[in-house]
Amino acid sequence: MMAEEVKLFRSWSSPFPLRVIWALELKGIPYEVILVDLSNKSSLLLQYNPIHMKVPVLVHNGKSIAESLVILEYVEETWKQTPSLLPEDPYERAMERFWAKFGDDKVLPSLWNVFIKQGKDQEEAMVPAQENLTNLEELLRGKNFFSGERIGFLDLAFGWLANMVSVFEEVMGATVLDNQKLPSLSAWMKNFMDAPIIKESWPPRDKLITKCQALRQAHIEKEAPK
Amino acid sequence: MVDEVVLLDLWASMFGMRVRIALAEKGVKYEYMEDDWRNKSDLLLKMNPLHKKVPVLIHNGKPVCESLIIVQYIDEVWKDKSPLLPSDPYQRAQARFWADFVDNKVYGVSRRVWATKGEEQEAAKQEFFEIFKILEGELGDKPYFGGETFGFVDIALVTFYSWFYVYETFGKFSIEAECPTIIAWAKRCMQKESVAKTLPDQKKVLESLLSS
Repeated sequence: MMAEEVKLFRSWSSPFPLRVIWALELKGIPYEVILVDLSNKSSLLLQYNPIHMKVPVLVHNGKSIAESLVILEYVEETWKQTPSLLPEDPYERAMERFWAKFGDDKVLPSLWNVFIKQGKDQEEAMVPAQENLTNLEELLRGKNFFSGERIGFLDLAFGWLANMVSVFEEVMGATVLDNQKLPSLSAWMKNFMDAPIIKESWPPRDKLITKCQALRQAHIEKEAPK
Repeated sequence: MVDEVVLLDLWASMFGMRVRIALAEKGVKYEYMEDDWRNKSDLLLKMNPLHKKVPVLIHNGKPVCESLIIVQYIDEVWKDKSPLLPSDPYQRAQARFWADFVDNKVYGVSRRVWATKGEEQEAAKQEFFEIFKILEGELGDKPYFGGETFGFVDIALVTFYSWFYVYETFGKFSIEAECPTIIAWAKRCMQKESVAKTLPDQKKVLESLLSS
């Protein structure tokens, strides 16, 4: 069997490469990390992801794949050992893909929109963000994980919530996720945060806080009336 | 068991057209239901409560939403005929990447080409050609994005061809002049029955937009 060469381009802070790390770790696939400084993109990153120049990029035996959810499906199809990340049933798979897309297209931008605002603007931004989180609460009801009994594709897709919501809330000094109103989601976040493999992967929290403080400050200054 | 397949759609939706092409490629019999974008049906609101948008495929009573997700679903359920995605995982990843690229880039910029004016429209026109030049680069000299056979990325993109006359009319440009390879590829796709029977006439799309 040909020796496998698996490399993963990541930055220290971006949550999207984490999805791929979780998948590779869960399946026990050895890989090499190539750390990228996104403020100073290397020619290697441009070579492997010329279209978007973003992380993550998976390079498997010299061939590159970009876009984290696309990479997750590639990992699932290439390394068929357990645990399987996606369900067998096409309808269940379509549901996981649908909700993962909802997460990236709606949940994340709406939370980001709360994070970069303040005052009345932030209050207004809270409404769609909290509606989106309520949808996730309903999706989870009665289940331990989004994918069912154990961590799967949809949990990996939503995994960033487990870490980033509390970071955002600490930096902006406001609560967007009400634990009382969203008990299933809160429980899931705690379980996912502390799960084996997952818990070792989080970037250093203090560094994340500092970085997010700077990001929020920059956005608020940009919006300030001149 | 007899499959019951219903498609909730709008005739001019390039997203709905993707699903119609996929169903035609697979020879699936289905009931087409035209929704009303001015007055969304109870069925649509029930079947897609989150986004309230077409297309929605309802298979034996269960809804699937988001056109590219529906196309993958169709490929996985009716898997014995006309595969829409390649079988090799790396090729599948490339197909998904480029279909996502079409979704994330082409719709937004195309809309701005016909829906804006002045500087905003000029910027949109420039971006439109940048994006299509990237797509031309990806196509290269292959007959289809998938290679020798028509597939997922072709389905994702070709439906926009029915709106090209809209973009050209509002944008006052010729897509063929800038991107001849794309036009040649679109015409090649139109030779396929599933595409020819699905895509509405370009002038009809413009008329409908002007009269709405």
